[in-house]
Amino acid sequence: MELKRRTILGSMAAGAAILSAPAVLGQTRPRVVVIGGGSGGATAARYIARDSQGAIDVTLVEPTRMYYTCYFSNLYIGGFWELADMGHSYGTLAARHGINVVHDWAVGVDRDAQTVTLAGGDTLPYDRLVISPGIDFREDSVPGWSVAAQNRMPHAYKAGSQSELLKAQMENMREGGTYCMVAPPNPYRCPPGPYERISMVAHVLSERNPTAKILIVDPKENFSKQGLFEDGWARHYPGMIERVGPDFGADNVSVDPEAMTVSIDGVIEQVDVCNVIPGQKAGRIAELAGITDDSGWAPAVPANMKSRMDDKVYILGDAAAQGDMPKSGFSANSQAKVAANSIRHELTDARLFPARYANTCWSLIGTDDGVKVGASYEATEEKIASVEGFISQVGEDADLRRQTYEESIGWYNGIVADMFS
Amino acid sequence: MSSSDIRPRVRVPRSASVNEVVLLRTLITHPMETGNRVDPDGTVVPRHIINRFTCRFNGEMVLDMEIEPSLSANPFIEFEASVPESGEFAFTWIDDDGSVYEESASISVS
Repeated sequence: MELKRRTILGSMAAGAAILSAPAVLGQTRPRVVVIGGGSGGATAARYIARDSQGAIDVTLVEPTRMYYTCYFSNLYIGGFWELADMGHSYGTLAARHGINVVHDWAVGVDRDAQTVTLAGGDTLPYDRLVISPGIDFREDSVPGWSVAAQNRMPHAYKAGSQSELLKAQMENMREGGTYCMVAPPNPYRCPPGPYERISMVAHVLSERNPTAKILIVDPKENFSKQGLFEDGWARHYPGMIERVGPDFGADNVSVDPEAMTVSIDGVIEQVDVCNVIPGQKAGRIAELAGITDDSGWAPAVPANMKSRMDDKVYILGDAAAQGDMPKSGFSANSQAKVAANSIRHELTDARLFPARYANTCWSLIGTDDGVKVGASYEATEEKIASVEGFISQVGEDADLRRQTYEESIGWYNGIVADMFS
Repeated sequence: MSSSDIRPRVRVPRSASVNEVVLLRTLITHPMETGNRVDPDGTVVPRHIINRFTCRFNGEMVLDMEIEPSLSANPFIEFEASVPESGEFAFTWIDDDGSVYEESASISVS
């Protein structure tokens, strides 16, 4: 009896929502399918459902029931945060916003029929499709490494069990051992991420294993916030970190996960922990949907984040090739709001606002030593273009650095509320 | 940091033609403490730098470089040399504490 009453109340509430909804084009509610429940997808689903007040039927397809944010997972490795602090579930999106959350893999997109196929066999029709799949790794980016070797040489670049594994390997490394990171080539998710991770690893090792060494094998000439990181490393972890760049052959690297060796243009290094962050591309479903180009990424229209290949399909976040915005959770969240507005405009005639984008990337170098880089962006015909930027400076006092770190925690709480609450 | 932690690396082309000018690169892990820095307790951190770097080719001096404290940690030194014949480049880094670090690389000239 109790259950029945709840069911009736529930359907009454849904009915009321539909009656109060703004004008709907066509007979039935237009359908939006969102593939990927990360910073792009969860934000898009939530904003479309919330702001259309039931006028749009939103389905979110996400295989995991608990989402671990990649941002702040370095702080878990550094012992500043718990992994549980970074886990978020989709219950509120379903209960409060009426989003149909489907825990399954999207395995195919038929853009002519406007349907998405799920691994479980179901087919979801859509009027608009949002693809926000994050990244996948390029095969043969680092010869010798494959997903099959990710237990010996973790990437920890999709948060969760990989982060736990890398942290455990690092903490249990032999005294005086070498922690090696094979850094990724551009473009990749979270440009300062590998170097924040190095800071966090150095933070732990300088306490637990002070004679340990860190070797960064980096195919890039330079990297995000390089001056800030190198200054911080010299202050907090002097003598611990060595970075080998393409000058010394780091653009020709292979690994042997069984032998735990790294070959830098033929020079063999024996290492104890090896964190391989391979080259990246758009998540597989973007490729299956046929919206990626030769670069491996999915080109987006700067004004609204539509795929350049299909105006009923939107592409968000790391997977999108859009111009100047870095591949970050902040960027994906920002892009999702532009896409959500465009979709509501097309499906329910909601007012269309000009696209505005923003991003900030915070990194923690040591205890209370936070730095940031960010910019605002506008849409041009050709790309999303950076208009105004800012970056922390070398030599800032400890109070400002602590404030910057605290600001990053405020941002974290804000973005996860924006995605999941 | 103990001397055993200090690791030199060199990059020398494997081959070249007679009298070709080749690019040589060296990198060594070293803190390069200037002697001017004060640690959090207010104590001056003693100077500890690589004060001299040399490069010889088949025993003949190619470059002899005196280094001052302003060079940053993990010194990277890049220079060019003309190679008349096959042979070996021998590099040395001389530390304030008396340690000498050595690395060498062969080049075949035809």
